[in-house]
Amino acid sequence: MSIKTNLVVRYSANERMNHWLVAITFIMLALSGLALFHPAFYFLSNLFGGGPWSRILHPFIGVVMFVSFLGLIVKFWGHNYITNADREWQKHLGEIMANKARNLPEVGKYNIGQKYLFWSLVVVVPMLMLSGFIVWRPYFAPFFSISIIRLAVLIHALAAFIAIVAIIVHVYAAIWTKGSIRAMTRGTVTTAWAKHHHPAWYKEISKDAKL
Amino acid sequence: MALQSLDIQRVSATTTPPPGVRQTIEVAKLIDVSKCIGCKACQAACMEWNDIRDEIGSNAGIYDNPRDLTADSWTVMRFSEVELEKDKLEWLIRKDGCMHCADPGCLKACPAPGAIVQYSNGIVDFHEEACIGCGYCIAGCPFNVPRISKKDNKAYKCTLCSDRVGVGMEPACVKSCPTGALVFGSKADMIEHAAERVVDLKERGYSNAGLYDPKGVGGTHVMYVLQHADQPELYHGLPKDPSISPMVALWKGVTKPLMSLGIGLVALAGFFHFIKVGPNEVEEESESELH
Repeated sequence: MSIKTNLVVRYSANERMNHWLVAITFIMLALSGLALFHPAFYFLSNLFGGGPWSRILHPFIGVVMFVSFLGLIVKFWGHNYITNADREWQKHLGEIMANKARNLPEVGKYNIGQKYLFWSLVVVVPMLMLSGFIVWRPYFAPFFSISIIRLAVLIHALAAFIAIVAIIVHVYAAIWTKGSIRAMTRGTVTTAWAKHHHPAWYKEISKDAKL
Repeated sequence: MALQSLDIQRVSATTTPPPGVRQTIEVAKLIDVSKCIGCKACQAACMEWNDIRDEIGSNAGIYDNPRDLTADSWTVMRFSEVELEKDKLEWLIRKDGCMHCADPGCLKACPAPGAIVQYSNGIVDFHEEACIGCGYCIAGCPFNVPRISKKDNKAYKCTLCSDRVGVGMEPACVKSCPTGALVFGSKADMIEHAAERVVDLKERGYSNAGLYDPKGVGGTHVMYVLQHADQPELYHGLPKDPSISPMVALWKGVTKPLMSLGIGLVALAGFFHFIKVGPNEVEEESESELH
């Protein structure tokens, strides 16, 4: 049918499931983490069964997210090298944001914003895992000195802030760019979407298809 | 654990003023190290009054027993053998435990509303029923005092017998002290008493005798008379100028409101961007071009 020929595959079923495992655990971590960060968010601990349960669950969920994020790193690493075309594209960011962009340099599978997201999470997620491990009670924190724990909680808070802000931008970009969310829910995007947002990637996959 | 409820100065993880109309006298316990004989009656009294029984440990060749503060040992005598002058051994015995800081690092770090309170009399108390067991109080404390129980994952420390003080009695340790090394009363009286003790000690040749009431934490409600107040480290590492670590101050200070605000602003910016410019849609023509 024409509907089907109009679509191109962007993510495999495994990639989608992996992404959503990271997404669900990330949201749980952000909510339970914020609950312990500022009293204004303490009510969020109720979502996890109260303060002690939030404290108990948060690190275990963190391990699940870290391990599943490793899967995303392996799958997406190769697509995220920043190219000169990306840097050129970035110069038009103001026009792009205003929906006024014309004649943009051709973007591959990911634009530079998506690549920044990827690399910032590649840095920040291991930082969260490591610093979280150091403050994890009752299991691991007793093995570390108090000064290291103090440094770890500060790093954990800063890294979590970066991660949460990055993810808010990521979620908004997906909502703003119509036709993107189905890439992660259905696995496909329209050819028009692919040609418009990621022309170099579209060329590459149509070339592959012809071969 | 508290019997008082209305005379509260500060509550952990709470941004509105605590109930504080009742004005109580600021209290303090004064520990005169020069009078302490290390009998540990105070340790026994603490166990007895608070119904805590630590596990029996092993002898490590030193008098410290138990060897460290635990969730079941809220006060421990620390024995230090020092030789400031050659062949003149001094046995410095310090009763260790919560200092009840005026600016408590534990309370600043605690994320659980109401788990740590500071009464207007100066006592800093843990309310274990609200404790979540995260251990942030341990990171916050400049004196390394709170301990998490392995039984229930709650933090414990000396309460300064807030239940006794609340009904006009002195702490159990003070009641048990046979030499008068421990005294309890209003902080002003304790400072006055300490001053007399310092004069006495100076007359006896301890020219650096003094009161330990560190200003870095706003003063404490457990104070020491030290023979060598210029070197508090001699007393089993009592910090010379304790204060809340700058890392804790940063973590629980400006970052909390700033980062919360930052997260909110980013989300709001996204929403208003959408309202202003609308979605980024692929034009209809390019969709239809393909057919």
